[in-house]
Amino acid sequence: MLYREAGQFKTTYIADQAIFPIRQDRIGLALILLIAFVVLPLTASDFFLSVVMVPLLIFSLAAIGLNILTGYTGLLSLGTGGFMGVGAFACYKLTSLVPEVNIVIWILVSGLFASGVGILFGLPSLRIKGFYLAVATLSAQFFLDWAFVRLPWLVNYNVSGAIEVPTRTLLGIPVTGPNATPQVRYLVILCVVTLLTWFASNLVHGRIGRSWMAVRDMDLAAELMGIRLYRTKLLAFAVSSYFCGVAGALMVFLWYGSAEPGVFGIDQSFFILFMVIIGGLGSLIGSFFGAALIYGLPIILRSFVNAVGLEITPATVEHLTFMTVGALIVFFLIIEPAGLARLWQIAKQKLRVWPFPY
Amino acid sequence: MRLRTSVLAGALVAATLGVTALPAAAQDSIYVPLFTYRTGPFSGSGIFIAEGMHDYLEMLNQRDGGIGGVKLAIEECETGYDTKKGLECYEAVKDKKPVMVNPWSTGITLPLIPRAAVDKIPVLSMAYGLSASAIGDTFPWIFNPPATYWDGLSMILSYIGNKEGGLDKLKGKTLGYIYLDAGFGKEPIPMFEQFAKDYGFTLKLYPVAATEMQNQSSQWLNVRRDRPSYMVMYGWGALNPTAIKEAVKINYPMDKFISIWWPGEEDVRSAGEGAKGFKELNWHAVGTNFPALQDIKKYVTDKNLTQTDKNHLGEVLYNRGVYNSMLIAEAIRNAQKITGKKVVTGEDVRRGLETLDVDKARLKEIGLDGFTDPVKLTCADHNGHFPAFMQEWDGTKWVKVSEPIKPMMDKVGPLLSSAAKEYVEKNTGWPKRTEACDKAS
Repeated sequence: MLYREAGQFKTTYIADQAIFPIRQDRIGLALILLIAFVVLPLTASDFFLSVVMVPLLIFSLAAIGLNILTGYTGLLSLGTGGFMGVGAFACYKLTSLVPEVNIVIWILVSGLFASGVGILFGLPSLRIKGFYLAVATLSAQFFLDWAFVRLPWLVNYNVSGAIEVPTRTLLGIPVTGPNATPQVRYLVILCVVTLLTWFASNLVHGRIGRSWMAVRDMDLAAELMGIRLYRTKLLAFAVSSYFCGVAGALMVFLWYGSAEPGVFGIDQSFFILFMVIIGGLGSLIGSFFGAALIYGLPIILRSFVNAVGLEITPATVEHLTFMTVGALIVFFLIIEPAGLARLWQIAKQKLRVWPFPY
Repeated sequence: MRLRTSVLAGALVAATLGVTALPAAAQDSIYVPLFTYRTGPFSGSGIFIAEGMHDYLEMLNQRDGGIGGVKLAIEECETGYDTKKGLECYEAVKDKKPVMVNPWSTGITLPLIPRAAVDKIPVLSMAYGLSASAIGDTFPWIFNPPATYWDGLSMILSYIGNKEGGLDKLKGKTLGYIYLDAGFGKEPIPMFEQFAKDYGFTLKLYPVAATEMQNQSSQWLNVRRDRPSYMVMYGWGALNPTAIKEAVKINYPMDKFISIWWPGEEDVRSAGEGAKGFKELNWHAVGTNFPALQDIKKYVTDKNLTQTDKNHLGEVLYNRGVYNSMLIAEAIRNAQKITGKKVVTGEDVRRGLETLDVDKARLKEIGLDGFTDPVKLTCADHNGHFPAFMQEWDGTKWVKVSEPIKPMMDKVGPLLSSAAKEYVEKNTGWPKRTEACDKAS
């Protein structure tokens, strides 16, 4: 009914090739951006912003990063947590060495360090793929884990071995540290995530993204068509790690406020990988879906239980959440193995011809 | 489109939360959230603590109708010892005006340290967290009585020195240190190294990563090779039982194996007969032979007002939880006394903690006579550095085997102040203390 493209004529190729060719989609996107940028910061509670939205955006960004590597280029990686850590530690070192430069700039720059490390550990991808590559990236995870704990230089010789985030301001408003309000932190993260998502969208829809997908679908054929494998693969590692690095820096500076190396462990890598798989491999929107399901759902379930006022203990709630989320993951993967993004696509397809599906 | 769903999902949550906005704690009660972990890899230690903390406060509610006639609104939040969930818990309870938080994890304590002053919620990290937060002038909102990890190490070393007939007798010997490879376990290392230099012993480090807690065979192979004269352990959760089992397996002399105050009965019991002689520091009694614990039995566990397993009562970590709750309760009572208010806030309880003075008479009054030593805090000293004693596992229970051991303040003091100074230097803009200091009442 509402979602129908009848009457929308394209008169140029550019209009026809647009990422959002349907007007309703564009309106929807504008509406979402409006809600995200204006309505939420004005109306949502501090709890909702800092516990739901901030982590959700950060995890989405990390999931986009991994999706570029695993979903678009077909290179399975288990080093995401490590790359996020590189971003966080790089940002900490940078801002303690040169505190004058704005923290947002340092967050964006720290991704480059993660990129470098990503390229280094991406080198084996030129010779191995699939599960073998997963093991090679696992080595990155273990090595980085080890380095975060063992190199006291990374935390400025702090006895507790943790990053402690100092207060940094943007235009005089505190962005990090205890005085930063959830609204400010949320908006900064939202800007960074929107910017990088837009960047990623342009990448994957352009020449580079197409060469990534060609490599994913059949690397031999891609090579014969003139795509240089080592460049393409290493570029995927670099871009992917950049996203993960920025996500890691955002996580520590604008969400946790302090972090022990333990948060960048193998668990984190799997957490992001699950988001990508559930959300949909090779889909940007899927990254958001995946983060919402894996990270957001337990919180919704917990607050739902609290809100209903059931007389059960927090530990039981925890067990119940684990079981429910597990069951939902199985459920979603049975009805649509290609992830939530595919489900969303099917829903849109159905909606286009509704209510006369013949 | 990219953002659509996440935001849609978000809006849904917002609607859910908005409609059923968490009921604000009624104004006629004092809100005490408890961050606990009855799930996850650290639940083996966490369950006991959670039970003890909950039961003592619940007992006050049942027996006395709360503190000073005001009921306590006790609410548990499950953290799973996970920093992420801990912060979620903190955000969830923050708006309900808690009078203090007890993170029960160093990883959760660290991010809360700078927030405490902003949100006006004191943090009580009882004998864990950041050791330097003992310096009240720098950290007016953080409290970590009754001893820091540095105190603990100095007590263990002076116990060893006592046994050997002087610390200088350690010259040329080897001491092993097995620890959780996180902030908590790493903190004592600089001090340990200093001791090694001063007294001429060799220090061997055996770090255990949090993910590898249940697999310590390589560390203990090294222990067997190095044959340290003493083993010191700083562990938590699954690290403790695994280490004790491995020590038994390689026939390490158990009476030379000394731990900081965290292993519980379950951890030792699971290692069997061989664990006899294992030692740890402690600062409070075990068992239920105290009026307060009897009251817990009478008012709480016998009435099934808790999920506590009745056999847990009196175990060392259960009593540790009781001790923690005793501090909470006394701080609230003290705050009521200072301010004259019935329903106190976080700011009042901060003052209550700062002037906390639980003396012998008071301990007797609350039914914990002989349970522990008196605790007294000041504005400058948020820790107290109280002595602890050594207890030994006799195969079935803990037995006290030493007099209270005083920490070596000449070693700990300078470390604390330099660590606090360093913290301030690294965190540019760390607020100067503006909170006035109350006279002890």
